[in-house]
Amino acid sequence: MSTATYAGQTVSVSDDGFFTDPSQWTEEMAPEIAKAEGIDHLTAQHWQVISFMRHEYEAKGTGPTVRVLGKTSGVSVKELYQLFPKGPAKIAAKVSGIPKPRGCI
Amino acid sequence: MKRILILGGGTGGTLVANRLRRAIAPHDAVITVVDQDDRHVYQPGLLFVPFGLTDPDEITRPRRRQLHAGIAFHRAGIDRVDLGSQAVALDDGTVLGYDVLVVATGARLIPEETEGLTSGRWPDRVHTFYTPAGAGALRDALARFEGGRIAVNVVDMPIKCPVAPLEFCFLADWYFQQRKIRDRVELTYVTPLDGAFTKPVASATLGALLAEKGVGLVTEFNTGAIDTAGSPGRLVSWDEREVPFDLAVVIPLHGGAGYVTRSPGLGDELGFITVDQRTLQSQAAPNVFAIGDATGVPASKAGSVTHFEGEVLVENIQRFLAGKPLDASFDGHANCFIETGFGKALLIDFNYDTEPVTGHYPAAVGLPLLKQSRLNHLAKLMFQSFYWHGLLPGRVIPGIGSAMPERGKRGLTARREHTTTAVGRRAS
Repeated sequence: MSTATYAGQTVSVSDDGFFTDPSQWTEEMAPEIAKAEGIDHLTAQHWQVISFMRHEYEAKGTGPTVRVLGKTSGVSVKELYQLFPKGPAKIAAKVSGIPKPRGCI
Repeated sequence: MKRILILGGGTGGTLVANRLRRAIAPHDAVITVVDQDDRHVYQPGLLFVPFGLTDPDEITRPRRRQLHAGIAFHRAGIDRVDLGSQAVALDDGTVLGYDVLVVATGARLIPEETEGLTSGRWPDRVHTFYTPAGAGALRDALARFEGGRIAVNVVDMPIKCPVAPLEFCFLADWYFQQRKIRDRVELTYVTPLDGAFTKPVASATLGALLAEKGVGLVTEFNTGAIDTAGSPGRLVSWDEREVPFDLAVVIPLHGGAGYVTRSPGLGDELGFITVDQRTLQSQAAPNVFAIGDATGVPASKAGSVTHFEGEVLVENIQRFLAGKPLDASFDGHANCFIETGFGKALLIDFNYDTEPVTGHYPAAVGLPLLKQSRLNHLAKLMFQSFYWHGLLPGRVIPGIGSAMPERGKRGLTARREHTTTAVGRRAS
């Protein structure tokens, strides 16, 4: 467990940089986290995914997989990879301030 | 007279029906099992078919013969479940009402979700061993294979038996050595995970085993398309990486049974049933339960998980019918033998909170965990007989309970201090 500073606020993150407490996240932090992941500008479509991620986390306790994102977020898997080239499920989770998706066992 | 309706006559449906029939007197409940066919496949056996070690006929038996006297078997496809009217419409026009519904229809393969694959005939050079027909065709293709690149590709998680594709690699290494052409075969394991397996300790062990056997490992590969237009064929990921192949062994995307998505409220986006992971009760309706691969619980889709769930589920159906609070004790216990070739296997044992570690199962004197051994291989072979004669009839195995045993596992106490969740709810 360590900490990171985004938008002037100190937050708790896991060893691989995911928020451990999603309530510490604010919208102002997203562009900064995104930049560190190589995304220079958050478009409306990025924000659509971010809002969906946070909603899913609230409802289910874990971020969705890419497949589920593609089926339900209104953004196709192909577009998701254009938005978050290094892996939509993980990167979008990081930018959205939710823990690393549990994925599957 | 209560009506207990069980959808699916596979591992979970059969063992729950048999256990319930023993637990509840015939004049108190009628138990009906519905399935679309009468072929019960011992699915762990499919892995051995491509290598000529068994045959689909040898691992298939009639479903109805596995069900004890006093259980009705209705053979029909399922159209939809209506949670409101508590009834299930079948393809043959029958409508069956229920007081308790158990969804045990497992997972199905959805190859058509990947560009280049269809639900019908697959292109040449692309195979799977996840169906009896596919495993048979792969056996023929391997027998004809004289050298080249074989890619073993998991399209997406979750899949049934997440260790099976790794076992396939280990056995393929053995198989081609037996045929004395191993030096002409390049084996590559291509996975969407960031390592050989999901859990760190097992992932390291299994990754080392792949390396030891000369199997290449490509990670974080999310397959978008399988292109067989040219030679070699290509696996293409969403982020535009490529893995060439002369023969591909593909484990397609999995989802729940088709009727689940046609039944509003019953399942999630992929058709798996959303249940409480400790009680197995549906979050959509209190008189609906699910077991095995059909559920969306974060446990392996494996027969052992289904077996351990069965104990809790049978108890909970009786409690529900009696109006008592449910038993929230299912801990996600999974137990998998991993065939590693050359007459050896390793064993992993884990649950929701505890990852697979080394040690012995079920206690300090027992089968070695996360370590190759001949005993584990023999135990895996013997399991098939136990499956038909012990597990499906719902017999209790002495010393093997539903909850994961902690005795015999190394490093558990130290590890536990670093986790926030409690490990194990029952005293061992």
